[in-house]
Amino acid sequence: MSLLDVNSVSLSFGGIKAIDGVSFRVEPGEVFTIVGPNGAGKSSLFNLISRFYPPASGSIVFDGHDLLACQPHEVVGLGLARTFQNIELFDHATVLDNLLIGRHSQRQTRWFEDLLFLPKVRREERAHRRQVEEIIDFLDLAAYRDRMILGLPYGVRKVVEIAQALVARPRLLLLDEPAAGLSVEETENMAWWIEDMQKDLGLTIVMVEHDMGLVSQVSNRVLAIAEGRPLAEGTPAEIQAHPEVIRAWLGGADEP
Amino acid sequence: MSKPRFKTRYDDDINRFESGGHRLQYLLLLGLALAAPWLLGSYYTGELSSVLVWSMAGMGVMLLVGHTGQVSLGHAAFMAIGAFTHLALMLRGWHFVPALMTATLVSGISGALLARPILRLSGIYLAIATLALGILVEDLAIVAEPVTGGVRGLIAPPIELFGLTIDRHGTPIAFYYLCLSLVVLVTLAYSNLLRSPTGRSFLAVRDSEISARALGVNVTRTKTLAFALSCAITGLAGALYGHLVQAVNFESFLVIISIALLLQVIVGGLGSIHGAFFGAVVIVVLPQGIAIARDLLSDVGIRVAAFPGLDMAVFALIIIVLMVLEPRGLYGVWLRVRTWFELFPLYRKGLFRRARSYLKTERLK
Repeated sequence: MSLLDVNSVSLSFGGIKAIDGVSFRVEPGEVFTIVGPNGAGKSSLFNLISRFYPPASGSIVFDGHDLLACQPHEVVGLGLARTFQNIELFDHATVLDNLLIGRHSQRQTRWFEDLLFLPKVRREERAHRRQVEEIIDFLDLAAYRDRMILGLPYGVRKVVEIAQALVARPRLLLLDEPAAGLSVEETENMAWWIEDMQKDLGLTIVMVEHDMGLVSQVSNRVLAIAEGRPLAEGTPAEIQAHPEVIRAWLGGADEP
Repeated sequence: MSKPRFKTRYDDDINRFESGGHRLQYLLLLGLALAAPWLLGSYYTGELSSVLVWSMAGMGVMLLVGHTGQVSLGHAAFMAIGAFTHLALMLRGWHFVPALMTATLVSGISGALLARPILRLSGIYLAIATLALGILVEDLAIVAEPVTGGVRGLIAPPIELFGLTIDRHGTPIAFYYLCLSLVVLVTLAYSNLLRSPTGRSFLAVRDSEISARALGVNVTRTKTLAFALSCAITGLAGALYGHLVQAVNFESFLVIISIALLLQVIVGGLGSIHGAFFGAVVIVVLPQGIAIARDLLSDVGIRVAAFPGLDMAVFALIIIVLMVLEPRGLYGVWLRVRTWFELFPLYRKGLFRRARSYLKTERLK
């Protein structure tokens, strides 16, 4: 059974059809990439899946759960975490604090227990920190643990945001342009992180990305969309050679 | 100069105090607070009680404004709810402790009920709605005469506790200890909150609602909880305030008090418990200082008393200057002074310059 099943979803902003009948299935353990020109609706698709936008029609099922019946804050608890294109970290907090907030979906204590800081709260805090430290180790962030986000290079922030999503121990990770704004070297590192997450953590990854080098390096399957409609689906090589895709990108030329 | 410390256990970060030395500092402060009546005499002990009551109210506002990022221009309303509930119950023969607890609870619950509609708004609209709430409660205090005593208001009865009769004027030192113990309790609970998931969810909502939601924080519920806790603390402060000023009526909780509370936490430094205390010192001490300065000036022949409202203007001016020089308030000043001592002689001038943040575009809200 597919882990994520997106079935002919549509989304309109007023008169503009941002997404028009897009369907795809993501199998457990694969890296599935969505590509498309600017304004194709890639990020909107992510915002549909993480429930920030309500779709006009269609269905989204994650691991047997109807996502459309969930509130946005309930999505991560099901095992579906995400990052943002523009990095939505808490700037005035340390890396460690940001990751601890990432554990929120796993919290076991109630507010009045927190208020009294019962022994249970301390036990839970230790467990949260152990999980956070494992992810810090995994993504090699130990050097930045106590640094404020504001003072960190852009490339490190990208990794911190992935770490923040990982501490919730998701099964599926939505990465919105993980390589945007990264240098060549940082993009190579990002490819390694993605492969590590897929192989070592057994994560399924759905990614939006423009960097075709990264896409063909890490993706198992690619979906190309343009103007809200699906164009083609296949392996990275198939997509790069697909005439429809080339036309959508380059406007009618036969060769890239 | 502080030595570098290595954290070897998770508890090093979980504990309230970073180190033994850190704990010692706060124990010394507590010792000083306990010894204050002997050091200051009864008049200044009374003033210190006033600082404590305003610190408590400030903590209520700080929780909402400084830690959850929701503005309120109507928190005097919750002081009023706390004060009137508490005094009305005591005047009907309730004992001090259950009356105080009920007043706290009533303030908290009314906060939670009001939060639902009000917190759908944000920013300036939220400020206007809470301002309206503040004005509404001024009128309600007159209309609800059976509870509030109407225009006359209520007189605070003396407190019977542990066989003692505590009265702000009769036994100012006992009243001071009562305020101190309640403030210490609330401060401990507040700092517990900040080192636990609930406090982190407040900060998350303050800094980015979108991100908070993506990380599993129920934003509506978190805001409601923050509003309720904030109102409960402010209501508790209101009840103590009733005993502090001995008589409350509709004029005790005017909108100007709400604005002063907001100023208090901003001047003290948003986003820190310390800020509520620093701000309270300013709110209580500054007007007194201005009054003393005015008396001194008139002694040497400069008649400033002829200008009514000058006190307020000087007060405002000092606050504006402070904000321009240190936007993080007195807590920011305190941080810089402390760092200067810790790093001496290596302190650099630009150390606390605020870094420019990346522009966040394409926010969903």
